[in-house]
Amino acid sequence: MSVLSVRDLEVAYATQAGPLPAVRGVSFDIEKGEVLGLAGESGCGKSTIVNAILRLLPVGAKTSGEVLLNGEDVLTMKAGRLRAVRWTGASVVFQGAMHALNPVQRIGDQLAESIVIHKLSGEKEAIVRAGDLLEKVGLPPRRLRDYPHELSGGQKQRVMIAMALACSPSLIIADEPTTALDVMVQAQVLSLLNKLRHEMGLAMLFITHDLSVLVEVCDRLAIMYAGKIVEEGPSGPVFENPAHPYTRALAAAFPAIGDARFRMAPSGLGGDPPQPDAIPSGCSFHPRCPVAFDECPTVVPDLYEAGESRRAACLLVPDQAGVPT
Amino acid sequence: MSEPAATAADAEPVLEVRGLHVSFAGRVGLGAGVAGKKAAVARAVDGVDVALHRGEVLALAGESGCGKTTLARTIMGLETPKEGEIRFEGQPLGKSPKVLREYRRRVQIVFQDPTAALNPRQTIYESVAEGLRIHGVTAQDGMSEEQLVARALARSGLRPPERFFLLYPHELSGGQRQRVVIAGALVLEPEIIVADEPVSSLDASVRGEILKLLLGLRDDFGIAMLVVTHDLGLAWTIADRVAVMYLGRIVEIGPAEDVLTRPLHPYTKALLEVVPEAGGLDRPYLSGEPPDPTRIPEGCRFHPRCPEVVSGAAAAAGVEDRCRGEDLGLLELRPGHFAACHLAAASRDDAVPTASS
Repeated sequence: MSVLSVRDLEVAYATQAGPLPAVRGVSFDIEKGEVLGLAGESGCGKSTIVNAILRLLPVGAKTSGEVLLNGEDVLTMKAGRLRAVRWTGASVVFQGAMHALNPVQRIGDQLAESIVIHKLSGEKEAIVRAGDLLEKVGLPPRRLRDYPHELSGGQKQRVMIAMALACSPSLIIADEPTTALDVMVQAQVLSLLNKLRHEMGLAMLFITHDLSVLVEVCDRLAIMYAGKIVEEGPSGPVFENPAHPYTRALAAAFPAIGDARFRMAPSGLGGDPPQPDAIPSGCSFHPRCPVAFDECPTVVPDLYEAGESRRAACLLVPDQAGVPT
Repeated sequence: MSEPAATAADAEPVLEVRGLHVSFAGRVGLGAGVAGKKAAVARAVDGVDVALHRGEVLALAGESGCGKTTLARTIMGLETPKEGEIRFEGQPLGKSPKVLREYRRRVQIVFQDPTAALNPRQTIYESVAEGLRIHGVTAQDGMSEEQLVARALARSGLRPPERFFLLYPHELSGGQRQRVVIAGALVLEPEIIVADEPVSSLDASVRGEILKLLLGLRDDFGIAMLVVTHDLGLAWTIADRVAVMYLGRIVEIGPAEDVLTRPLHPYTKALLEVVPEAGGLDRPYLSGEPPDPTRIPEGCRFHPRCPEVVSGAAAAAGVEDRCRGEDLGLLELRPGHFAACHLAAASRDDAVPTASS
């Protein structure tokens, strides 16, 4: 059984102008010990998926499909069960560590809070466990008595990771965990996440717009555009040999230093990512696509097989693979 | 410190910075002040010499807190240097308001976040025309203000420009907003554009187009650019030369191909190691946080974090004492390629006289 299995997830936000589709039919699985990377630009729906998994969406958002966490559908859970599953089943490392910590509470108390709330132990043992967690993320346990302002950005992000581990969840969702950090500190945090994942056999959903970071830490990649997954597969091949033209453009935005093809040759896409209230017809990528042809504005592509355990939603793919699906 | 004067063939640089120091005073509490405690002084820029040539793109890279933004802001005249001088077209920039005014017209800045840089209550036309009005330019090249604004918008890739005149920033996408900011810089026909992380707040697929635009401005109008960035991949795509800053000083500078593919300074090597890439997770990285500019170490300022010192490579080459005790400037170790490293200097076959022991 997969740790997380998302089936045909659709999310629409309620606005005055009517429902606004943010996620338009997304399915993926994450197995135990696997790291799935979800990439895409702002507005593509990746953060909406994070919020849908733990049912953190604003009131009025319409959700359909299934989110199976260890086999249980989160979307239909009763409130009490949902409270129990949040943080013990799946936890989140949020983007801005600096804003996610309570500035007037000591680190130790914040770490112990979730352990106590979930009745995993008493307060004394919770503090001891908090100290162990800090050691696990590479901070000395004496830091338990510190307030967030006494820590640097990288240290705060380590605390956030420790917090996500507090109730031993089977899934950790990392939502842009390194975007606010400096390059050197980013390398430290990524290497820590990778170490923990191997030691603890964690399943992870890793979300960022930075494809080069994903390639480094993920087993599989899923690329999103306008609320849909447009390509998925093993991370190395997807990054190095993309099947979808959007992935190709995204990958080119992270040039390899020393590669003559990128020297003095920045490449990008014309146009802008579509607004959720004006998603283009057919393949939603066609207005920006460098290889679009007559059928693209009318035919909605499915995810076609595009090589070994790879799929891509582009009408050109079936031809390339020789077998239309 | 020797000046990286680029190649001898180059004409006079359009902008030259010499021995620049910028520091910010910290504060102490009243009690501590009475007790004689001194405020810590952050030496954000601590002796920088650099030259920018006509039509050249120079990338300035480094960790946050290394002083790269302070250097850019000082060049713009937004910070006052404690020491050192800035020369524009060979003339030192004095304090004369008239000279400074003219300088500020010819050196323009493009900020990181276009949403913050544009006034949300001003139309695009007003935002672009503001520079013209401040500098009292009513007509130029036989063009009216409206024509000048239209030309700047068109050159920034916003076509047809008239369509954007009456729009407000919130009606544009992030990439379009950054183009408006660039148009606001272009409208004054500058010689130099300083771009502070020009694409880091933009979506990945839009970045390339903005970088293409910047490169095009260099090619079409010969505008020199100083691009401040933490992203060495970006430097590889657009820069002629790369300067790497560490704790307020340039520690390596040279042609982009050399610096990025054959780095001399251990810090540059460390920065290149952490550029994410497939299968690269086990690469070495520097531990600890970016250092504190209020406490710049003795000797080579990088030595406490230097992997060559830790591994004993510096000791084996007999330079460890100098790493710990002797501050050094940039040394030309390859033609046009300078680095401030005792070990790199010692490992060089024909070490330059100042660096030989």
